[in-house]
Amino acid sequence: MKPAKTLQELIFRLTDFWAGRGCLIQQPYDAEVGAGTMCPETFLRVLGPKPYKVAYVQPSRRPADGRYGENPNRLYKHLQLQVILKPAPADIQDVYLASLEKIGIDLRNHDLKFEEDNWESPTLGAWGIGWQVMLDGLEITQFTYFQQCGGVELDPVSVELTLGLERISSFLQDTESVYQMRWNEEMTYGEVRQAEEQQFSTYNFEMADVATLWKLFELNEQECRRLLEHYRQLKAPGEKARFPVLAAYDLVLKCSHLFNMLDARGAISVTERVAVIGRVRSLACGVAAAYLDQTDASPGSSSGSSDASQPGEKKSEVVAS
Amino acid sequence: MESKQKEFLLEIGTEEIPDWMIEPGLASLKRLLEEGLQRARLSSAEQPVSFQMHATPRRLVAFCPGLVSRQPDSVEMVQGPPKRIAFDSQGKPTPAAIKFAAKMETTPEKLQTVTTPKGEYLACRKKDRGRPTQEILRELVPQAILGIPFPRSMYWEGKAGPRFIRPIRSLLVLFGGRVVPCRIGAVQAGAWTFGHRQLGKPRLRVRDFAGYVETLRRNYVLLDAGERRAKILKEIQGLLASEGGLRLKENEELLNTLVYLAEYPTPVAGQFDPSYLSLPEEVLVTVMRGHQKYFSVEQEGGALAPRFVAVMNLEKDRSGAIRHGHERVLRARFNDARFFWETDGKLSLEQRLEMLKQVTFQSRLGSYFEKAKRMESLAGELARKNGSTPLLAEVQTAARLAKCDLTTELVKEFTELQGVVGGLYAEREGKSKEIATAIYDHYKPQSMEDAVPRTLAGALVSLADRLDTLVGCFGVGLAPTGSKDPFALRRTAQGMIRISIDYPLPLSWRDVVDTTLQVYQEAQQQGQVPSWNKEIVWPELGPFIDDRYRYYLRDVSGYPYDEVNAVLAAAGRSKRWAPFKMLEAVHRIRQTANFEPLAVAFKRIKNILQQAEQKGLFSRRNLEERLLEPGPETELYHLYRATAQRVADHKQSGDFFSALEAIASLRPAVDHFFDKVLVMVPDADLRENRLTLLATLLSEFSTIADFSEIVTAEPKKAGSH
Repeated sequence: MKPAKTLQELIFRLTDFWAGRGCLIQQPYDAEVGAGTMCPETFLRVLGPKPYKVAYVQPSRRPADGRYGENPNRLYKHLQLQVILKPAPADIQDVYLASLEKIGIDLRNHDLKFEEDNWESPTLGAWGIGWQVMLDGLEITQFTYFQQCGGVELDPVSVELTLGLERISSFLQDTESVYQMRWNEEMTYGEVRQAEEQQFSTYNFEMADVATLWKLFELNEQECRRLLEHYRQLKAPGEKARFPVLAAYDLVLKCSHLFNMLDARGAISVTERVAVIGRVRSLACGVAAAYLDQTDASPGSSSGSSDASQPGEKKSEVVAS
Repeated sequence: MESKQKEFLLEIGTEEIPDWMIEPGLASLKRLLEEGLQRARLSSAEQPVSFQMHATPRRLVAFCPGLVSRQPDSVEMVQGPPKRIAFDSQGKPTPAAIKFAAKMETTPEKLQTVTTPKGEYLACRKKDRGRPTQEILRELVPQAILGIPFPRSMYWEGKAGPRFIRPIRSLLVLFGGRVVPCRIGAVQAGAWTFGHRQLGKPRLRVRDFAGYVETLRRNYVLLDAGERRAKILKEIQGLLASEGGLRLKENEELLNTLVYLAEYPTPVAGQFDPSYLSLPEEVLVTVMRGHQKYFSVEQEGGALAPRFVAVMNLEKDRSGAIRHGHERVLRARFNDARFFWETDGKLSLEQRLEMLKQVTFQSRLGSYFEKAKRMESLAGELARKNGSTPLLAEVQTAARLAKCDLTTELVKEFTELQGVVGGLYAEREGKSKEIATAIYDHYKPQSMEDAVPRTLAGALVSLADRLDTLVGCFGVGLAPTGSKDPFALRRTAQGMIRISIDYPLPLSWRDVVDTTLQVYQEAQQQGQVPSWNKEIVWPELGPFIDDRYRYYLRDVSGYPYDEVNAVLAAAGRSKRWAPFKMLEAVHRIRQTANFEPLAVAFKRIKNILQQAEQKGLFSRRNLEERLLEPGPETELYHLYRATAQRVADHKQSGDFFSALEAIASLRPAVDHFFDKVLVMVPDADLRENRLTLLATLLSEFSTIADFSEIVTAEPKKAGSH
């Protein structure tokens, strides 16, 4: 297979590959996230016993990583291809390698190593065991067996593959700068995105109003807490089923993004940092517990299975301690 | 009962195990298997079964060339009920005897009687036919595998499934060529292995160990770590030989990592643009080694060459794409480093001092800005007390600026370069070499192997940093407890002790801790740090330092524990700064003929004094020469006077060995004294004077080492150690 010549061809081939492996192809989530992991399609779907297979491209925003469009390798917003397989198949490493062949990486001509890298997200109360996959010295994928998410031990275990699409595409096209690589036959990545990188770097580093960001953070946090409080009062299964747990999760994502913005503005001291992360984590864990409780209470769910059968409240307490 | 020996082979096929966990994991597996076989009596002290262990990132392998095929039969006496309740008055067996016989599958008549301290009991000889080894292995293998302790394990088949360091995907378990049927989770043992991911076949039949190793080799897996290591080194030589004067910058830790990162390691050499050589070597090497796991290469004079060596997990770089890829990644990394190096230069270290207010040192001990201020005062005090006045200004500047690099982009990116970067920036700004070197070195030593700071100024800054951390943490109640040491205070103290050995200041530990407390007191008066009870610090920190000292001298330097105790006991009250030289001297003098007998004599003196004091027969007084008896007593006294002067002179000049030699030369006179003179005579004046002579002798000559701590060879006097 010849290397994918453009970024979009890379995306087509990868989504095609994973569709062929039974993955649902989702579309990017329409909220600011720092990583594909944060989308409900990962964070919530890996909870509970129900099998799920999904792949999607997720634009991921990391305000502190912005470089005004001047650094050839660093971006404020980059694209991740996120794959979740639940439960993790026994031959997942081979399947993953086959996906690399599909995008035109001949593994007999490249040096590929799985190097230890255990992923952890303190804001999500999540961690996993795995590797960074190194291709000729370039980190192209984060490969993780999820062990915990939202403070809940996972059963079954999901495997998460996160591919950095700009890096891979730039590698396949052998360009020195991410901005030179072709998005399609006509346009380069720089033509499509460079202005965006510059403007958002300016906003994130210089102009975003810290007081406003804090206010927004607190408003979203309050609203999320209010919802979670409300959910805990519910008893009737019918009321639980229609309760907007998913909306509460959107508020967690907003808090997380605002935290990243404040961080980029240098508005969070090292000591505060841990405390603020703890606040977001407690929301995330609260949502995870409510989500499990809700799916467990809904008709047709396979109740009685380990995690899902425990009351949600108890879990968020465990996590908060 | 000869049983045929057969070979046993185990291969745990896994997904990639982190390189640093492979050797410890392998050692545990070996231990668990060998202990298991011992428990099963398949291995004994006379005929121990030992395993050969091998590993690659994807497999842990245990091999035993000869294992008996069956356990030896065992015979044991099983004890039953007491004889008195086993037979009735007519001598007929009671239900107790009948039940026991039935349990032993025999008849009551065939039971025997044994006599125990508790009386007579029924007993039965029970013969157990040994179980086949195959059966024992079936149980042992999964137990041993899942018993390996890993620092962080995972589950992959769900919570009910097995836990291991990474998923286990295959299991090869052969005993005498036959599969030992066992399983780990969903993986069933078989007679199959697998080759290199890209170059080998995925399913390979195995019959025996020799064939296994050969099959793997044909499928691009070098099982032996030593062979992989040799291959890497030899081929690097070949790569570098094509250009004159290039030499590998050796790095054992990196080599070991690479040996366990590839099943078929092959080095590939690459180049980078020489213009990057304008960046400091430390930065370039850190990028290459730390982030990319590349070796760096040096030129004849030792300067860095614009080359690197990566190690691939392949047999060759067919199209040159791999070299090209590695060069491309390195270029991007170097570009970042250069960007940081240049932008960091826009602010001086002095300007960055303000920024340290934003960086927390410890929530209750303030920011790094406050720490820097304290370090400045403390390092200055230490320099003053050491009489290093010419250095004073530079030591203070270095201490004040030492932490400023924490605000630089370069340190944020490469945290392991903290201190080093500060030193490099200080030099670039035109600070003196003394200041730059002190900042550069002030985190040293970072480990047991690491060197101490190269200069006195560096040592003083490092000490100030460490003392500030130790005293502060102990002050606010953050002393380590048990295995918990979140602020790495043990390592901090360890480094301080290492420095004290190379830079013996004329101070005691008590002095420096008090000095640090004074510096904190000023900060407390200004409200930067909460006040704490000054009195609580030393009683906790003193023994903590002592403990670390003991650990360093004994476990790291390898001195016998009694010599360490002797020297530390003598340092006792004052907690002298550097008994290390004294320890060296004690260690040397111990081999000489007079020493141990003298130690015995000193111990005797100590006992006599203790007993006399307990009985109220001795109160210290001044020695009166007129009361000395002519002969051995007077001779000992005169010899003591002469020796004391020599000892004092030697100590003054730091020649502890000669001082000890002089003390040891007292031995004949002391022995003679004890032979001829009775100490505990009835005459109180005479007795007290005699005891005073002994007490003087003991205290005068115990300032280097407390000889009564030395464990002597004579068993009856060795005490109860």
